[in-house]
Amino acid sequence: MDFQALALTLRLAIVTTALLLVIAVPLAYWIAFTGSRLRALVEAVSTLPLLLPPTVLGFYLLVLMGPRTAFGRAWIQLTGHPLAFSFAGLVVGSVIYSLPFAVQPLVAGFSGVDIALLEQARLLGASRLRLLRAVLLPLSARSVLTAAVLCFTHTVGEFGVVLMIGGDIPGATRTLSISIYDQVQDFAYAQANRTALVLVVISVAALVLLYSQRRSGLSEARRG
Amino acid sequence: MVDDTMLRADVRFTRGAFVLEARFELRSSWTVLFGASGAGKTTLLRILSGLIAPDRGRISLGQRVLVDSDARLTVEPGLRRIGFVTQQAALFPHLTARANVAFGLHLLAGEKREARVAEMLRFFSAESLADRKPGRLSGGEGQRIAIARALAPQPELLLLDEPFAALDSAARSAIAGNLRSSGVQVLYVSHDLADAWQMNADAIVLEAGRIEAQGPARTVLAPYRERVLEQLGIGAASELEFGA
Repeated sequence: MDFQALALTLRLAIVTTALLLVIAVPLAYWIAFTGSRLRALVEAVSTLPLLLPPTVLGFYLLVLMGPRTAFGRAWIQLTGHPLAFSFAGLVVGSVIYSLPFAVQPLVAGFSGVDIALLEQARLLGASRLRLLRAVLLPLSARSVLTAAVLCFTHTVGEFGVVLMIGGDIPGATRTLSISIYDQVQDFAYAQANRTALVLVVISVAALVLLYSQRRSGLSEARRG
Repeated sequence: MVDDTMLRADVRFTRGAFVLEARFELRSSWTVLFGASGAGKTTLLRILSGLIAPDRGRISLGQRVLVDSDARLTVEPGLRRIGFVTQQAALFPHLTARANVAFGLHLLAGEKREARVAEMLRFFSAESLADRKPGRLSGGEGQRIAIARALAPQPELLLLDEPFAALDSAARSAIAGNLRSSGVQVLYVSHDLADAWQMNADAIVLEAGRIEAQGPARTVLAPYRERVLEQLGIGAASELEFGA
């Protein structure tokens, strides 16, 4: 069992999930309530990683992070090393790759809140921040949980993007998925089986958490 | 009586074939806005509250200008000091009745806020409901809390869009009595003639987006009452008290 890969994978998933919630909450709020003509474009771009093959996304990110682009050169000048093939690079790639898994549930959750409640909050003097904090987020708590669980499990299981932009550096970019790939390449099926089982357990545990919260929410709603 | 706290409005609003043109001022502390469904009553209240903007016009409350399309001025709904309660109580379902009433008091310091909430709950005889969430309140209890929430920040004008429609007459009278004693200026929407008649207040009649009449309810609504009585075969001269 590659515990180093396990620790790296969990760290990547936690950091990615936290960053995604910070980014996706205001983005989903904007998508759910804006009257801007740019809404369809922004929603399309934020959903794009869902449809793009991970290798395509990984390829573009690899190019973007490399010394061929101004961004890549600026990063190297700033930090002394390229963003690609580093943990920070993996985080950037994972955030982009899992963005739709955070944005879509949140947009659905925010859009499902009764407009009459939002109007009352406005009439009672709530700022946008208070509207979000005191009304939208509590009433969309299950959507926030769904977004967090999906981002976490999706990041734990990602392979194509990680391989393209991170390669296979132990302790830095080798996640559990890459580790399984290496083990299969070495015909170490028993090891690969154990590693795969860890991924299955993480995914099942996350989904059980999600559905148990949904079930308790439904029961509470029925009790009134 | 028109004093310097009264509402004055002159607005025009168009959506598709519907045109609302309303020019009026409130002349008493309790005014019934009467009209058939689709006349534009709710739209007018939403414009006054700031939830929708008129195409053009001017709205002022006392000395404060809330909307002036010529000056491109629009005051945010939360800064208008106008409360708005609809048929749907729209209480925040995740908050207790107490927290709902406190929602609009966020600018008050803790002790003052609690005192005002307690005062409102007492005023509407709702102290026993304070710790319940809306899902555990009856329709009438929910409306009492909704009105207490709207009244808590001490608005200068309270807009009521048929908030008593689902209540029995005893509950309706009790809440209306509370509101009258609170002294707040009320604009009360009703499409129910008996309800408007019983309010015994000033009335504004809205028909197809236009104000047709304004004055004491029993004068302005008399033609509508005669028409209904004739339809019922009771006769215009009957002394039957309408809706009593």
